[in-house]
Amino acid sequence: MNLASLNINIYSLLPLLMVVGLALFVLVLDFFIPRGGKRALGYVSALGLVCILPFVPMFIETVPSYAGFVIADTYSAFFNVVFLVSSAFAIFISIDYLRRLGSESGEYYYIMLFATAGMMIMASANDLIGLYVGLELMSMSFYILVALRPGKGAEGALKYFVLGAMSSGILLYGISFAYGFSGTTNVNEMAAIVYRLPDNNTYLYLALALIGAGFAFKIAAFPFHVWSPDAYEGAPTPVTALLSVGSKAAAFAVFLRVFAVALPAFHGQWSDMLWVISAATMIFGSVVAIPQKNIIRMLAYSSIAHAGVILMGIVVNSSAGASAVLYYSLVYAFMNVGAFTVAALASRGDGGEQLTDLRGLASRRPWLAFFMALFMVSLAGIPPTAGFMAKFFVLASAVHAGYYWLAVIAVISTAIALFFYARVIFYMYMRDYEGAELPERSLFTCVTYGVVLILTAVGTLALGVYPSAILDIAVRAVGPLFTI
Amino acid sequence: MPTITHYLALSLILFTIGLAGVLIRRNIIIVLMSLELIFNSVNISLAAFSYFLQSINGVVFVIFSITVAAAEVAIGLALLVTVYRTRRAVNVDELNEMKG
Amino acid sequence: MVELVWLIPLLPLIGSVANGVFGSRLSKGTVGVIGSAAVGLSFLIAVSIFWRIMTLPADARSIEIVAYNWLTSGGMSIDAAFLIDPLSTLMILIVTGVGFLIHVYSSGYMHHDKGLWRFFSYLNLFIFFMLMLVLGANYLIMFLGWEGVGLCSYLLIGFWYEKKSAGDAGKKAFVVNRIGDFGFILGLFLLFWTLSDLGAASLNYKDVFAAAHQIPPVTLTLITLLFFVGAVGKSAQIPLFVWLPDAMEGPTPVSALIHAATMVTAGVYMVARNNVLYSLAPYTGEVVAIIGIGTALFAATIGLVQNDIKKVLAYSTVSQLGYMFAAVGIGAYTAGVFHLMTHAFFKGLMFLGSGSVIHAMSGEQDMRKMGGLHGHMKITSITFIIGALAIAGIPPLAGFWSKDEILWEAFEKGHVGIWAVGLLTAGMTAFYMFRQVFMTFTGKCRADEHTKHHIHESPGSMTVPLIVLAVLAAIGGLVGIPFIFADGTALHQYFAPVFSHGAHAVVAAEAGHGLEILLMAVSVAVGVSGISIAALMYYAPARKYAPDFLAPEKMAETLAPAHRLLYNKYYIDELYDYLIVNPIKRLCRYCLDFDLGVIDGIVNGAGWLTRFTAWVSHKFDIYIVDGLVNSAATFVSFNSLVWRRMQTGYLQHYALIFVIGLILIVGGALLSR
Repeated sequence: MNLASLNINIYSLLPLLMVVGLALFVLVLDFFIPRGGKRALGYVSALGLVCILPFVPMFIETVPSYAGFVIADTYSAFFNVVFLVSSAFAIFISIDYLRRLGSESGEYYYIMLFATAGMMIMASANDLIGLYVGLELMSMSFYILVALRPGKGAEGALKYFVLGAMSSGILLYGISFAYGFSGTTNVNEMAAIVYRLPDNNTYLYLALALIGAGFAFKIAAFPFHVWSPDAYEGAPTPVTALLSVGSKAAAFAVFLRVFAVALPAFHGQWSDMLWVISAATMIFGSVVAIPQKNIIRMLAYSSIAHAGVILMGIVVNSSAGASAVLYYSLVYAFMNVGAFTVAALASRGDGGEQLTDLRGLASRRPWLAFFMALFMVSLAGIPPTAGFMAKFFVLASAVHAGYYWLAVIAVISTAIALFFYARVIFYMYMRDYEGAELPERSLFTCVTYGVVLILTAVGTLALGVYPSAILDIAVRAVGPLFTI
Repeated sequence: MPTITHYLALSLILFTIGLAGVLIRRNIIIVLMSLELIFNSVNISLAAFSYFLQSINGVVFVIFSITVAAAEVAIGLALLVTVYRTRRAVNVDELNEMKG
Repeated sequence: MVELVWLIPLLPLIGSVANGVFGSRLSKGTVGVIGSAAVGLSFLIAVSIFWRIMTLPADARSIEIVAYNWLTSGGMSIDAAFLIDPLSTLMILIVTGVGFLIHVYSSGYMHHDKGLWRFFSYLNLFIFFMLMLVLGANYLIMFLGWEGVGLCSYLLIGFWYEKKSAGDAGKKAFVVNRIGDFGFILGLFLLFWTLSDLGAASLNYKDVFAAAHQIPPVTLTLITLLFFVGAVGKSAQIPLFVWLPDAMEGPTPVSALIHAATMVTAGVYMVARNNVLYSLAPYTGEVVAIIGIGTALFAATIGLVQNDIKKVLAYSTVSQLGYMFAAVGIGAYTAGVFHLMTHAFFKGLMFLGSGSVIHAMSGEQDMRKMGGLHGHMKITSITFIIGALAIAGIPPLAGFWSKDEILWEAFEKGHVGIWAVGLLTAGMTAFYMFRQVFMTFTGKCRADEHTKHHIHESPGSMTVPLIVLAVLAAIGGLVGIPFIFADGTALHQYFAPVFSHGAHAVVAAEAGHGLEILLMAVSVAVGVSGISIAALMYYAPARKYAPDFLAPEKMAETLAPAHRLLYNKYYIDELYDYLIVNPIKRLCRYCLDFDLGVIDGIVNGAGWLTRFTAWVSHKFDIYIVDGLVNSAATFVSFNSLVWRRMQTGYLQHYALIFVIGLILIVGGALLSR
């Protein structure tokens, strides 16, 4: 093996290296910034991510580089955009959130950036080793981030950590079997080898089940979702936003890469498993969200339900399904980050984000209520918002592929889910608020929140009213996955 | 002469012990140790596959995995300290403020 | 002008957002003006579009305006497109016209409500969704509107949330409508699957109708039946009508706009829009007609004995919707839509009139405490009587022509049973409407002194809409007068491009004028006798001529069992509780007991169990005992309670769930090997 065959191509890693460089820069900068001024790091991080964003589509390489470890195709670029956007949003809203919590710190920001870097590694990994390292980098960053909220944070983080480490072990065990039956860890090589295998190979089945369970944990699918409500509630709200959007999207990216690229030969075997998980997740998430009183927990269960819907796009294993997954991930980033932003802003800051805090929001903060209503409508999947389009594409792909019952279950769960989303609107517009007023915010924080809210709202609407543009990109992005 | 099955059996036994430890032991430190056991069982299986398949990737993977596991346990201990400082708790069943 | 059609829904949307965001800071007058003006401008555009298409030749009146390509997915492309044809034009005229009047009325009626801005915001949003529903050129846009109007209706029924009954009614409407919507969505899916199997994956009306004859009849029957399930929910037909009477907890303008004039007729519109599909599925047509006429009779009988002024109107609405379904079911689409239109006029009028009465009576809705209001509020009283005459089918008012056309077509097409039941129902309708008129406006006032002191005519913003609607209710039927033109009524000619696939009523109308006139005379006679009986029973000056057994109290006594049955609405709510709610409750109870036992064995924690039991019984009180009213919601929330218990907060329980899941997956994978 000579050096040329390794195909070392620094450009395929450039956006990732820039994020890591930004993180290291913030880390060093942290030493020179006095205690009171840590928010400057937040602006540096968020604006840095925004500056990196245009570089992502500039470096697209369809040929795997670094001996097949890395692939910077349009597929990973699409996900990198999702990560950078949601991460920049999350960091923007963190600045004021941490100040109110009284726990401004430098490490918060660079660990956020490391988490983003981990997601990007996952999306562009073309080898199970790289995939695992990226996943661990992301997860470990999140374990720490969850713990950064005073009070509940440590409990949430410890639960997340123990279960997360266990799931990593299970994933790794599955990977070891995949390696065992194919003799390689490279995704493309594995795809070429598994075609020749008999399809009653025990290792293969173990690998499918264990890897499936490991990924299902990351997307919080039933019954591996147990960590998510507690971790979401315990974490600082901006971290929850990133956790529910970015880490989920990253998990879907690797899910699709491994199952659709490496193991398409055994679609018959893994689709049954994912079918059941997807159906159970959708129903479970929508039903259990109903009695929740804490808005973060409600959104956590809603996020579980959405994961079930997105999973449908993987089950069908078609270009339409995969592009729907990509589209959904982007849409979900907009609407969910928006919803968490309003939740962070509307809570009184004493640690509890209760649904009742939203009472009468419409008369106190009409714009805020309007945005929240928009996000709820979109999450509920009501047209003309992006949430509807995303659901529609996933359902349409399932229908095309003949998964009628799964589509019906998705429709039922959506019908149930409308109930708790409508309740949020009901609280905001129908109830009057009694109790303390919201604290007045400085103009500066209003601007940062305002930017995030307007951008997420515009994204939520624009992707619903004019979805074709992004969907075309998504269809092109998944092209490489289904041609190999 | 041990075959791959022997190694895999050992790996499976250690994996099961690790899982059981996470499920049963209340002390967080022992839970962390059980997690380490899970990782190491996987390392055994990876190394065994690597040896019998005559492929280097498995061993490379083991090196990565050991590194990651070391970082993981560091975070675990840090969280343990945080939990102890805020809650004065070292047992996992003392942590159930959040539920439902 | 036709190109500006997108402005019609956009203006109310802008009004809604403006009021929703800035409304709390604006004066009440401004809020009302914004809300009304948005709909008023839409109405003007709708009128101009109407003129425009009337100048076109009949076969060029169906225009599709594509705003842009909405989405492309897997070889299927859907445009954000509006369809302008005679049917949708008539619908937008009704929605914006009646809607505008009701908006104006609301600015007077709701003037004292502190949530006026919210009210207008919802009302405008409702108009937006309703317009999307009727204007869309494909099923997805119709679905958008369909879901949206449901959401707005839910919000508006529960508008006075302080009243627990309003909240419950909102929930009930929501749950029952979800059942219907579910059928509708399944129908859409089935249609879509079938069409993609035929290689014509599209949801545009044009393409679907063009491919309709290729769909196997059984599938088509199923599709149309599933659509009809949606219509049954939305338009409150048997067996899903229970939500509409409860929906009267909402403010009266809402009842007039949503629960009489527009939203509840969406089901009729949907069937009429799909006339191509329905005429290819005769079996469905029969089901629609039978359920329709059954509902008409059923609701009319309940209406005979109700004492709440709005409940009478609510059951009357259910009954009239039944007529419309009977009409579209037998293929008389023009007649059905004609009745939809006249019903919007006279029922909107009567609801607004009843609102005016309630306003004057300081919120009293019980007719037994009213009486003699004619002397105090002449405009309300006269307009209300015009509405009542219209619905009772007295010529030449609007209701006569439309109802008579339905009856005539039923008779003419050989559905004599439907004709007979319809005639009977018409008599009952005349009776209960005039019972209401006599109880409310004539005789001595039975209110207490304080209320009596308060009675006054409503302000101009309320009476002007009443007068306009009264004029429409009087003359609105003229477009449907038979005999004038050789080839059917003006309305038939108008609708010919849309319904030409459906019924061939145009030719049939030639059959025999003599018979038609005879039947008209019969139905007028039935209507007049209904009114006369009501007069003999409830109108004081006529009472002295009445035979003894016609005294209301006497009658209630002699027919006590029937009266009780009707008064309690056939015990339908109780029946649903008994048949559906309670069994589900019991089932959940068993599940819970079982679960408790099993979990107890697995998890070692008696203390936890005790705490848990206390928690469950606490939750049981909150969710079950209180939530009894509401079957499906209770079912779901109960399930969620059971499932939610997995989330104990204990790390090791989580790990256990995780490992059980893992074992199931690995086991399943290995077994399937």
